[in-house]
Amino acid sequence: MRRRLGRLGPTWAKASIPVYSIVLAFAVAAVVVIISSAFTATGFDPLLPLAAYLRLFAGAFGSGNGIANTLVAAAPLMFGGLAVGIGLKAGLFNIGVAGQFLVGAFTAAVIGAALATAPTIVGMPLAMLAGGLAGAVYGFIPGYLKARTGAHEVVTTIMLNNAAALLLTWAVNDLVRAPGFSFPRTADIGQSALPILAGRNLHLGIVFAIAAVLVIRWILVRTTLGFEIRTVGANPNAARYAGMRPIFITALTMTISGLLAGLAGAIQMLGVIGFYAPGITASVGFDSIAVALLGRSDPIGILFAALLFGAFRAGAPLMQIETSVPIEVIDIIQALVILFLAADLIVRKVFRVRAPKVEITEMATVTGSWGAGTPPPGTVS
Amino acid sequence: MDILALPRLIWEFLVYLFAVMPDLLPIILSLATPLALGALCGVLGERSGVVNIGIEGIMLMAAFFGYLTGFALHEPLGTGAALALGIVVAVATGAVLGLLYAWLTVTVRADQIIAGTMMNIAAFGVTGYLNRLIITPSGRGGAGVIPPFHLPDQLATLPFVGPILAMFLDQGPIAMSVIVLVLIAQFALFRTRWGLRTRAVGEHPKAADTVGINVFRQRYLNVIIGCGIAGLAGAYLTLESTGSFQNGMTNGRGFIALAAVIFGRWTPLGSFLGALLFGTATAFGIIVNVRPAEGDLGTLMKTIPTFWYAALPYLITVVILAGVVGRSTPPAADGIPYAKEGKG
Repeated sequence: MRRRLGRLGPTWAKASIPVYSIVLAFAVAAVVVIISSAFTATGFDPLLPLAAYLRLFAGAFGSGNGIANTLVAAAPLMFGGLAVGIGLKAGLFNIGVAGQFLVGAFTAAVIGAALATAPTIVGMPLAMLAGGLAGAVYGFIPGYLKARTGAHEVVTTIMLNNAAALLLTWAVNDLVRAPGFSFPRTADIGQSALPILAGRNLHLGIVFAIAAVLVIRWILVRTTLGFEIRTVGANPNAARYAGMRPIFITALTMTISGLLAGLAGAIQMLGVIGFYAPGITASVGFDSIAVALLGRSDPIGILFAALLFGAFRAGAPLMQIETSVPIEVIDIIQALVILFLAADLIVRKVFRVRAPKVEITEMATVTGSWGAGTPPPGTVS
Repeated sequence: MDILALPRLIWEFLVYLFAVMPDLLPIILSLATPLALGALCGVLGERSGVVNIGIEGIMLMAAFFGYLTGFALHEPLGTGAALALGIVVAVATGAVLGLLYAWLTVTVRADQIIAGTMMNIAAFGVTGYLNRLIITPSGRGGAGVIPPFHLPDQLATLPFVGPILAMFLDQGPIAMSVIVLVLIAQFALFRTRWGLRTRAVGEHPKAADTVGINVFRQRYLNVIIGCGIAGLAGAYLTLESTGSFQNGMTNGRGFIALAAVIFGRWTPLGSFLGALLFGTATAFGIIVNVRPAEGDLGTLMKTIPTFWYAALPYLITVVILAGVVGRSTPPAADGIPYAKEGKG
C-alpha cells in the first residue's frame, strides 16, 4: 500500500496528522453541538451537527459568492499565518498578530484616506506599505526586547495587543476622527481601496497573499537569512557558535513577522472594512496562530490551512442563521485542531498512524526561552 | 521659564496622590485580586516545572461556568446558595481544566506553550458559544454579586489607618481570601515538605526522581491546585466584581498575572506585590477620571488622554518585564517536560 502511494508518501507523512486532527476536531465539536442542543428552545437534536456542517460548507463553497468570501477571508489569514509561522521558524511565538494587525489596519486607513483622491496605483500601494511598516515597527518592539532583555514575547505581545486597541481608540477619537459621522471613525479610503478582481468583493489581496506565501517560502528555503532563521530556531546556541547573530535574527524575524501581520491588517482595511473604527474585530490574530500551527509553519501548509479557516469564517454566518449553532463553534474546532496537533498521541491511537513523529524543534526553543536565559531543552539532564 | 516649575509639579502630584489615597486604596486590592490569584496559579505550576500560558483561558472558563451556575440556580435556590455554588463550580472548573492541562503537558508531554494557547482559544470559543446559546437568548440576569464586607464607619473614617484598613477589609470574600492564600502558599512553598518537593521537581526533576519523589504526581498536584485558584479568580470576575459575563472579559489578566510571576521572582509574596503594582496602575487610571487634579498639575494631567491611562498597566507590564526579567532566574526545569530514562 505504502509502495503504491509512491511519491505521495512523504507528503502524506507530513500531512496525515494535520488532516486527521481536523477530522477528529469536527467529530468532537459535533458531540459538543449535540449535547448543548439539549439546553436550547429547539431541544435535543442528534442530527444538528450534520445540518450545521452542511450549511458551513454550503456557505463557504456552495456558490460563486461563497468561494469569493472564502478567498477574501483566507487572504489576511495567509499573511497572519505567515507572520506566526516565520516567528516559529526562529523559535519565537508571536501572539501579537492581533495588535500588529490593528496597527497596520489603522495606518493603512489613515494613509488611504489621505490619498483617497489620488489614483489607485499610487494610493493603494502607499497605504499597503504604510500598514506593513507600522506593523513591522510594532513587531520590532517585542523582538528587540526579547533579544536585548529576554522579556518573553508571549507576554509582551499580548500586552501590546491590549495597548494597541486602547491607544488606537484614542487616536481615532482625538486625532483622526472624520467629521460628519455619528461615531468615531476614519475618513473613507476612496480610490485607495484594493481593486475588485471578480464578483462583488473578491479583491486583489488574495493575489498579494499568495505572492507573500511564495516570497516567504523562497526566503526560508533558498536564502542565507532563511537558513539563519531556521538555525536560530532549531538551536540558538549552535547558531551562536556558527557565527550567526541570534540577537539580530530574533529582532529581525519579529520585525518581518510584524510586517506580515501589518499587511494582513492593511489588506483587510483596503479590501474589506474601508475605515477604522474602535472595536473592529481582530479575530485574525487568534486564527493566525491556528493557521500557522496547522500548516506546521510551512508556507505552503499555511496556504492550505488559511484556505480552510477562511472557509470556516466565510461559511459560519450562514450556519448560525439557518441552524442557530453559534459562530463560536469555529473557535472550538480551532482549539480542538490545535489540541490534537499538540497531543498527536491521541490522533495516532485513534487512526493508527505509523508515520514517524515530526518533532517541531522550534517550539522547544519557544518554551525553553521562558524566563531568561533558560538553556534549550536537551541541555538540562 | 520658572525654575521651580518641575519641583512644584512633583510636589503637587504628591499632594494629589495623598488626597486621593482614600479613594485609591480600596480599589487597588479588588483590581489586583484576579491578577494575584492568576499569579499564584503561575507560581505553583512553574515552581514544579510547568509553564501555563493558559491561565487566561482557565480564568475565563471558570468565570463563565461560575456565572452559569448562579444564573441557573438563583431562582430555585435563592441568591446566597446560588452564588456559593457558583464559586464551588468555578474552582472545580479550574481544577478540571488543570487536570486536562497536566495530562497534556506532563503525561503526553505536549508543548506547553501550544497547550496553553489551545486552552485560551478553547475558552474563548466554549464560553462564547454557550453564552450565545444559553444566556443571551434567555434575556435574564445572573445571581448578582456577593455583597462586600463593610467596615464600620468609625474605623473607615480614621485618619491614615482608615483607608489602609479599608484596602484590605472593605472587600468581598474572594478579594479578602487572596491575602490568606498568598501567605499560605508562601509558607507552604518554602517551609513544608510539599514545597521542598515542588521546588526540587522544578529545578532538577531527575535528581528529585532519583531520591524517590514522584515527578509526575507532584506536577499534576501543583497544576491542579494552581488552576483551581485561577478558577477562583474567574469566580471573582463574574460573581464578586461585575455580576455579569461578557465574552473575553478576562481581557489579558491571565497574561498580566504571568508578568507578575516573573516580577515576583517566582514567589507567592513577590508576585502578589507585582499584582498590587498593576492594580495600582489600573486604579490610578480610574481615579484620575473620577477625581481629577486641580491647578497646573490638573491641566497637565488632562492633556494626557484617558485611553493612555487605561493602557498604562499593559505598558508598565512590558517595561517591567524588559527591566526585571534579565535579572531574575526561573526554575531550571521550567517548561521542560520530564521523561524517565529510556522512555523517549
